[in-house]
Amino acid sequence: MTTLRVVHYLNQFFAGIGSEDKADTPPGRREGPTGPGRLLQQSLGDRAQVVTTVYCGDNHVGEKPGAVEDVVGLIGEAQPDIVIAGPAFSAGRYGLACGAVAVRARERLGVAVVTGMHPDNAAAEIYRTKVPIVPTEKTATGMAEALSVMARLALRLAAHEPLGSPRQEGYLPTGHRVFHEAARPATDRAVEMLLRKVRGERYTTEWEVPRYTLVPPAPPLRDPATAKIALVTTGGLVPTGNPDRLESGYATKWLRYSIKGVSELPPERWQSVHGGFDTTLINLDPHRVVPLDVARELEREGAIGSLFDELFTTTGNTSVIPDIRRFAREMTQAFKVAGVEGVILTST
Amino acid sequence: MVQISALDALAKSIGSNRIVRGKAITSVVGDPTLNPEDERKFRKRLVQKALEALRTPVEEPTVLA
Repeated sequence: MTTLRVVHYLNQFFAGIGSEDKADTPPGRREGPTGPGRLLQQSLGDRAQVVTTVYCGDNHVGEKPGAVEDVVGLIGEAQPDIVIAGPAFSAGRYGLACGAVAVRARERLGVAVVTGMHPDNAAAEIYRTKVPIVPTEKTATGMAEALSVMARLALRLAAHEPLGSPRQEGYLPTGHRVFHEAARPATDRAVEMLLRKVRGERYTTEWEVPRYTLVPPAPPLRDPATAKIALVTTGGLVPTGNPDRLESGYATKWLRYSIKGVSELPPERWQSVHGGFDTTLINLDPHRVVPLDVARELEREGAIGSLFDELFTTTGNTSVIPDIRRFAREMTQAFKVAGVEGVILTST
Repeated sequence: MVQISALDALAKSIGSNRIVRGKAITSVVGDPTLNPEDERKFRKRLVQKALEALRTPVEEPTVLA
């Protein structure tokens, strides 16, 4: 059996270059394992060898455009089968770098990738749906344990063995649904779970209720009659023919269309591509999802100061929360630039 | 921001702060059982409610009547 080639990505601190004062260090490489790479080598055993360590300063990789590509370029020169990034524990910039490097290394080099970080690291929320992330302690005290799981997963992936569930294998849930046949019907399992709960015994849910971040309410608008108001929808309304290819579910983007001087959304011009419900009624009259006709009327009557010139639209169906959160950030930025003070969001 | 949604309880549970209840999933700001003129009036009332919600102070996720 040939020994698999592993490249280990570290930040400037774990590569032993320095701490915050060296955070601008540009990408570099060293032969063989460095720092935690030695523990990684122990976990990999004789099936794989850490041939190269690639490092970059936390600020450099986060701030310099193209830095992640440079890092992946250096990684590619070592012709790896596996790329292991981190673990980053609760370090924010390092976590983001590990996620980005892992994603791009897999895309560009087609290699098996694994990273690790604390579940509360902001990068975990962004990258857990994209690459396997092993949950770690908050600090480097959890190094050996984390690397042992990361090594095991990486070897499995490199051998093209399918991974079991996140709980069995020890990686963060990715949000992907995998179908399998259960030994007992759902009703039996649910009743058993309920009985265990009633008796105060331990039970394991099959479907975690997601925890949502609460956003403090915005202060009220003083008067919509003097404010610029925008219309936004998650109803998947797009120009007929869907020229910009908005997805019917799992949307990866939102779109903006000019409604300057437009008072009607005729069904010949607009359609919904939402894949989560029957769109017949909306396709007969798109105002049933975007109330532009009456909003213009209210603008003319003076109840709305002015309507923003663009309609922002996406599909709210089987959405991935980090993506949707990104949409919100991007839309908010655009609204701030345009001086929009209030938003009416219609969601199906 | 105000959200008009037919699933107002769901919107509340995920933390949307200003919510106005829409008509139906398939027609959130319309009512196909009405004639076109009345449907448009119905929609206008919903948007007026939404504007009212925007100027209402709230402390937590709230469905505004």
